[in-house]
Formats: sequence, structure tokens, C-alpha cells
Amino acid sequence: MNILAAILLILGVFFFFVGVLGILRFPDFYTRLHAAGKCDTLAAILVLLAVAIYNLQDFSLGTVLVSLKILTIVAFVFIASPTATHAITEAALIAGVEPWTKGEGRK
Amino acid sequence: MTRIATFFIMFAFWVLLSGMFDAFHLSLGVLSCLLVTHFSHDLLFGQEWSSFWLRRLTGWIFYLFWLVKEIVLASLQVAYIVLHPRMLQLIDPQLVRFRTRLKRNISKVTFAQSITLTPGTIAVDMHDDEFTVYALTRSSAESLPGEMERRVAKALEPEG
Repeated sequence: MNILAAILLILGVFFFFVGVLGILRFPDFYTRLHAAGKCDTLAAILVLLAVAIYNLQDFSLGTVLVSLKILTIVAFVFIASPTATHAITEAALIAGVEPWTKGEGRK
Repeated sequence: MTRIATFFIMFAFWVLLSGMFDAFHLSLGVLSCLLVTHFSHDLLFGQEWSSFWLRRLTGWIFYLFWLVKEIVLASLQVAYIVLHPRMLQLIDPQLVRFRTRLKRNISKVTFAQSITLTPGTIAVDMHDDEFTVYALTRSSAESLPGEMERRVAKALEPEG
């Protein structure tokens, strides 16, 4: 149990790291959203799963209920995160933020 | 039928959130779930749902598993791009427009969310049948609509 939780945590932290690095390295607003919106979704889900599994150590009705609640958080993150990404992207397009295209320098 | 299904889903969720199993709290839960069901039973399942929702549910669960696999694979791909030293040569961001053949609103929404969740593409806009997608690389732009649309159609569209 503990080992599985640790593996999931490490994977989650790895994807958070990649997401942050992507925000820093990508050239413009939209490409940064790619890194922020997706790697973070996967990372948050992995970390939450790890917490849910770790929580099940002393197996009783209470801990099972808490783990199930954590799983509902996973479901809501799964729905909310792409919706937010989509809304921010569309707002940026409407506001007229110019996308970076190949051949330009870094903005 | 939809009322009963709504009630049981509501009540399962209520029990999950409350975590109390004595008669007093359970009867409170039943009462509030009955009220909510009475007022909003047509929200959870639309009119079209009732007939073959079990088949849709299994299709939906299979689709979820496939989607999780895709998200992990695609996240690794984005991780590779992010960690690559000459990252600017690998990416080629572009806007793609295409028409979808999905008919129902729920499958369009599912499709748009799936596009956004798989790294490399963000669904920007959807008007009627036309999707606007912002893709990170040329290959991810070319893969649309592709297999994902077929799978969404199989999971959520009515037959034919």
C-alpha cells in the first residue's frame, strides 16, 4: 500500500514538475496553457489517488468514506480542469492575444 | 423511471458525504433526496436517456479507461517536448478547424473535454458542428478528429 502510494506521489510530482517547467519554457500564452492545463490535471489526479490509497491503511468504514470523497474530488478535477483551460483559451483568443508561430523568437 | 434512478444516485451521494448510518440521519437524507428528486428529476437524465442507458453506461466506462490511457501517454509526450533541449524546434502551434459528425450535446461536450485533456490539443470553441482546436505540434493537429471521435460516437451516440 505505502509503496504504491509513494510511486503515485512521485509520478504526480514529476508531472507537476514538467508542468511548471513547461510554463517557464514555452514561448507564448497558449503553449503555456498546454503545459499548465494538462500535466497539472494528471498530476493532481495521481497525487489525490496516492492520498486516497495512503488513507486506506487502517481499513475501516470511516477511512473508506474519506477515500471515496477524495475520489469524487478526482472526478470534479477531471471535469473542471479542461473546462477552465478551454474558457481561458477562448477568452485569450477573443481578447486578441497573438499566438506564437514557428520562426518567431521567444516572446 | 428517471425519478427512481435520480433518487438512488442522490441518496448514494448523500450517504457518501454524510457518513452517518443511524435512523435519524438516514431519514433526513431520504427526505431531502426526495425533495431534490421532485424538483430536479429531469436535470440529471435528459428526455432521451431512459431506453438504453445501461448500454451507454458500459460504453462510457470503457471510454473512460481508454481516455485515461491516452492522457498518460500524451502527458509523457508533452513531458518529452518540455524536457527537450531544443524545444522550440519541436513545437509548431496552430489553430485547426474541423466539423464533427457527433449529434448529441453530451457527446460533443465529452469530445471537447477529451480534446482538452489529452496534451497537445485544447478545444477552443464549438459552434454547431464546428470545433476550433489549438494544437501544440503538427502531428497532434493532424490526428484530429480521428480515433477519439469514433470512440466517443461508439460510447454515446445512438445506433446508426
